[in-house]
Amino acid sequence: MTAKSMVLTVAHRLAILAYIVFALFPLFWLLKVSLTPNDLLYSEGVRMWPSRVSFDHFRFVVAHSDFPIFFRNSLIVAGSTAIVVTILASLSGYALSRFAFRAKYWIVALMLLTQMFPLVMLVAPIFKMLSPLGLTNSLTGLVIVYSAFNVPFATFLMQSFFDGIPKDLEEAAKIDGATQFTAFRQIILPLTLPGIAATIGFVFTAAWSELLFALMLISGNDAATFPVGLLSFVSKFSVDFGQMMAAGVLALIPACVFFFLIQRYLVQGLTAGAVKG
Amino acid sequence: MASIDIQDIRKSYGAVQVLHGVDLNIRDGEFIVLVGPSGCGKSTLLRMIAGLEEVTGGDIAIAGKRVNDLAPKDRDIAMVFQSYALYPHMSVAENMSYSLRLRKTPRERIQSAVSAAASKLGLDPLLERRPKALSGGQRQRVAMGRAIVRQPKAFLFDEPLSNLDARLREQMRAEIKKLHGDLGATSIYVTHDQIEAMTLADRIVAMHGGVVQQVGSPLDLYDRPANLFVAGFIGSPGMNFLSAHYVPGENGASVRLGDGTLIALPQKYTLAADEPVTVGIRPEHVELSDADGTGVDAGVELIEPTGFGTILHLTHHGLPFKVFTVDRTHLNAGPAVKVSFPPGHLHLFDGEGDRVTS
Ligand SMILES: Nc1ncnc2c1ncn2[C@@H]1O[C@H](COP(=O)(O)OP(=O)(O)O)[C@@H](O)[C@H]1O
Ligand SMILES: [Mg+2]
Repeated sequence: MTAKSMVLTVAHRLAILAYIVFALFPLFWLLKVSLTPNDLLYSEGVRMWPSRVSFDHFRFVVAHSDFPIFFRNSLIVAGSTAIVVTILASLSGYALSRFAFRAKYWIVALMLLTQMFPLVMLVAPIFKMLSPLGLTNSLTGLVIVYSAFNVPFATFLMQSFFDGIPKDLEEAAKIDGATQFTAFRQIILPLTLPGIAATIGFVFTAAWSELLFALMLISGNDAATFPVGLLSFVSKFSVDFGQMMAAGVLALIPACVFFFLIQRYLVQGLTAGAVKG
Repeated sequence: MASIDIQDIRKSYGAVQVLHGVDLNIRDGEFIVLVGPSGCGKSTLLRMIAGLEEVTGGDIAIAGKRVNDLAPKDRDIAMVFQSYALYPHMSVAENMSYSLRLRKTPRERIQSAVSAAASKLGLDPLLERRPKALSGGQRQRVAMGRAIVRQPKAFLFDEPLSNLDARLREQMRAEIKKLHGDLGATSIYVTHDQIEAMTLADRIVAMHGGVVQQVGSPLDLYDRPANLFVAGFIGSPGMNFLSAHYVPGENGASVRLGDGTLIALPQKYTLAADEPVTVGIRPEHVELSDADGTGVDAGVELIEPTGFGTILHLTHHGLPFKVFTVDRTHLNAGPAVKVSFPPGHLHLFDGEGDRVTS
């Protein structure tokens, strides 16, 4: 290794390190505040770590707040949305990737169009539509709205994963005796698992952290999701930072668990060795 | 096993027509090679037989039954892809048994079919591996194995050897030929490599621009190419072509080259005097002698020893042509030599490029 390339490597690593620190610092701060006892929160000044940690905030949030309900609601909404969207997006993404059909161009254009509006514009009309159907103040209503918003992007995402799978594979399957659907289910789908995992992860996190519609369509604590619930730690006169941060840390758990489960698929290039190579 | 009959097959992609009416009758058990330059429509034709491309016009029949509108799975054919197209998430054994499993074949039958195919192809020790843990040659074998486990009506091959290195290609070529001898299955093999075509085929179908140029045994195409395209495509180094004019002559016909040199033809043809023609002669048929011998004089431009023989690049008054000789020549570039063109080995093509036979 020449001196120059050594310098470049070191600079490269340092840049990555700086980026990681920058990206993770807010999360660290979240954790730090959630572990700081109330009496030290304002008295110790700005410190990287409090002199004494306590789990009081967590205990309070879990035992004495509505947080478990918010958490459960969010889990239901985000989980259902992720499943519904991923199924729809797999099927439509496959169709866009593999079939030529009339109006394909217009369908793609329409789907892109839906991504161009600021969502705020849609709050009132959507409320007007859902209200007579009894879908306001309901988790089902949220799942429907989130699914509608996430399907287009997820479809394009899945399409790009399908595009990455050689057409030869399903042709070989068809010649081996499979129907189009069998080829899709037994050959293509297993190879798209990384893409499906990524799509589920993306949609889940989007639905998990959505605030605008959750706030507008839901009133009352029974159907409130977790981001709305976080706001309940803000009262007219004060903000209970410790409890809010503790709730925030707990809210990170599903995402962490989820990405831990799917990381195997995200890093694995399953299609290696399919063709040539 | 089955015959395949192709009648006036046409294929268009939008306004672009890529196959212009192909007729072909393939006998039961025959090994047919479709050969031609890249883009001439070989794969398209093969994929239409497989059912992977829609037929724009004409009919395809397998074992006497019209299959135009049958899905690939109902045609009972097997195909080996250039990319091998192995299922990456299945082991070698699962790859090979997939077609049988789809047909709900009993487990014992699947096992015996897979192990029979595996031992035929030397795949026994690899059965549990995934495709990505195999070398190119091994993947190629698995692709072959996947085709032979069930006894299909026909085998289709789309350039199955083009991703292998030269030595492996030669070896697999021989194995495919042996396999065909064993199984006797109707096979259609697509390649752009004329050596593969020559060595494998019972009959070669030479294609160019979506049109069949000639159908015949390898030696037919070699000895009696129907037109300039086939003459130039088959054989390596390729045939020499010299533009000339036909000279009926008193005592035997001949052709006159641009510089006035006369080359004798084996017979008289029904051509008008002075009609423009092209004479072809294969490099291995040109006879070479020292400068003080007889024949047409030529200069040596370049010498390519191949070990097996020597390819000489010569010019005659600016007209380039090649000579192949199995002798280790003592010549160097530069000096003049004499060449002669034995009349029996000359090919005559008319102004349209078609072979002149009478
Ligand atoms: N899906 C397609 N759409 C448009 N043109 C195509 C398509 N597939 C093949 N072609 C054209 O058809 C011609 C024949 O292609 P192909 O059969 O693959 O040639 P070969 O296998 O002889 O190299 C080529 O000119 C190619 O560009
Ligand atoms: Mg091809």
